[in-house]
Amino acid sequence: MARMTFRICVSLLLTAVLLLMGPAPSARAQDSASRAATGGAQTLEDILARQQGLKVDQAFRSEATGNPDQAAAITDQLGTLGGVSDPELWRALRFGSADVTVSSRAPAADVIIQDGGMAWLHFRAGPLLHYGGYLLLAVLAALVLFYLLRGRIRIDGGITGLTVLRFSAIERFAHWLMAGSFVVLGLTGLMMIFGRVALIPLVGKEAYAPAMAAGKWVHNNLSWAFMIGLAMVTVMWVLHNIPNRQDLVWLAKGGGLFSKGVHPPARKFNAGQKIIFWLVVVLGFSISLSGLSLLFPFELPMFAKTFAVLNDLGVPQVLGIADLPTAMTPHEEMQFAQGWHAIVAFVFIGVILAHIYIGSVGMEGAFDAMGSGEVDIQWAKEHHSLWYDEVSGRKPRDKVPAE
Amino acid sequence: MKSMYLAFLAAILIAVIAHFGLDYAGFSSRDVTSGPAVRLD
Repeated sequence: MARMTFRICVSLLLTAVLLLMGPAPSARAQDSASRAATGGAQTLEDILARQQGLKVDQAFRSEATGNPDQAAAITDQLGTLGGVSDPELWRALRFGSADVTVSSRAPAADVIIQDGGMAWLHFRAGPLLHYGGYLLLAVLAALVLFYLLRGRIRIDGGITGLTVLRFSAIERFAHWLMAGSFVVLGLTGLMMIFGRVALIPLVGKEAYAPAMAAGKWVHNNLSWAFMIGLAMVTVMWVLHNIPNRQDLVWLAKGGGLFSKGVHPPARKFNAGQKIIFWLVVVLGFSISLSGLSLLFPFELPMFAKTFAVLNDLGVPQVLGIADLPTAMTPHEEMQFAQGWHAIVAFVFIGVILAHIYIGSVGMEGAFDAMGSGEVDIQWAKEHHSLWYDEVSGRKPRDKVPAE
Repeated sequence: MKSMYLAFLAAILIAVIAHFGLDYAGFSSRDVTSGPAVRLD
């Protein structure tokens, strides 16, 4: 069941990505008659299809790369070209079939023309920015609306002044190592992706360039703190976040978030927190992988391999689409890594905005759990009653009321 | 709150160590994408 759910989620996510990253549905407009009329070159149908944003079959170009076997003798006219004209040579370079030798040993140095660059740029400057931005705005609007309707969730029984330890120092350290770096990574990432449309018009290129050079340094190097924090949190909390029957009760009652005085029982983590935990683990792991691929350009290609696995699993067949590409230029790998990194980041930021809300202004007493580590026992009884029962063998310590 | 501040400090330290550590380990752009035939200085 879990595997099926996972496959469905992957399929849906992948469908969305492919629809966003790929051009509109194929319209292979040209027929052999119109192609013959142009001597094999592009047709009016090709031009019209391209203008409408439809996919054009480029085989008439990619396969027209000359024929050395029919080359004129070296002493004949044009014989020195070896059966390949200049346009045919450029086509071969464009579509990656030319035999290129370069002196540079740098990765991907032998890719002279990368034909997918414009598609990636259009995706990055178009759907990625628009839908990503709308997603974050929608999350913020939903949180404001929730606050206006529900207000701050108070401790119904009142603050007792007696506290119990909820998270140990090492748990809080790991949480803040991940959370602090995530906030900075998110901000610098948004600065990068929205720089051209939002920041440069505001502050100018002269101010943006050095700020973003510093931002990129921070983004690259702080990522290690995030990954270490993620690993620590995963190891420390994974056992506490295994779903159980109480989670169904908690979910059925909406966690008590929507009705005053309703407090479904929960252990150390309630179902909502478990959902956040697993999202953080999955999204954090995925964004770390694509981030590592971007940190070490061309060294860690992973999309062709991932697509091969998805093809083997039959995901494209389930979706009714053609097999995913498994042969990519190094640059295409980087473009997929960047696109995926940003998509996951937008979703991740949206999830964490909700988490930050409920952990701070949204719920009285919640921040203390990660601030001082001590929560009021009344808060514990209301929000994590089963956990409180487990730990209440300890004598609650007198402490000043939570701030 | 000490854990939080300590974590923020640790994040900064990790970032600095990552920068110099990767450079030292030969992962700088200069080391990865150039050879002895390329004069960068």
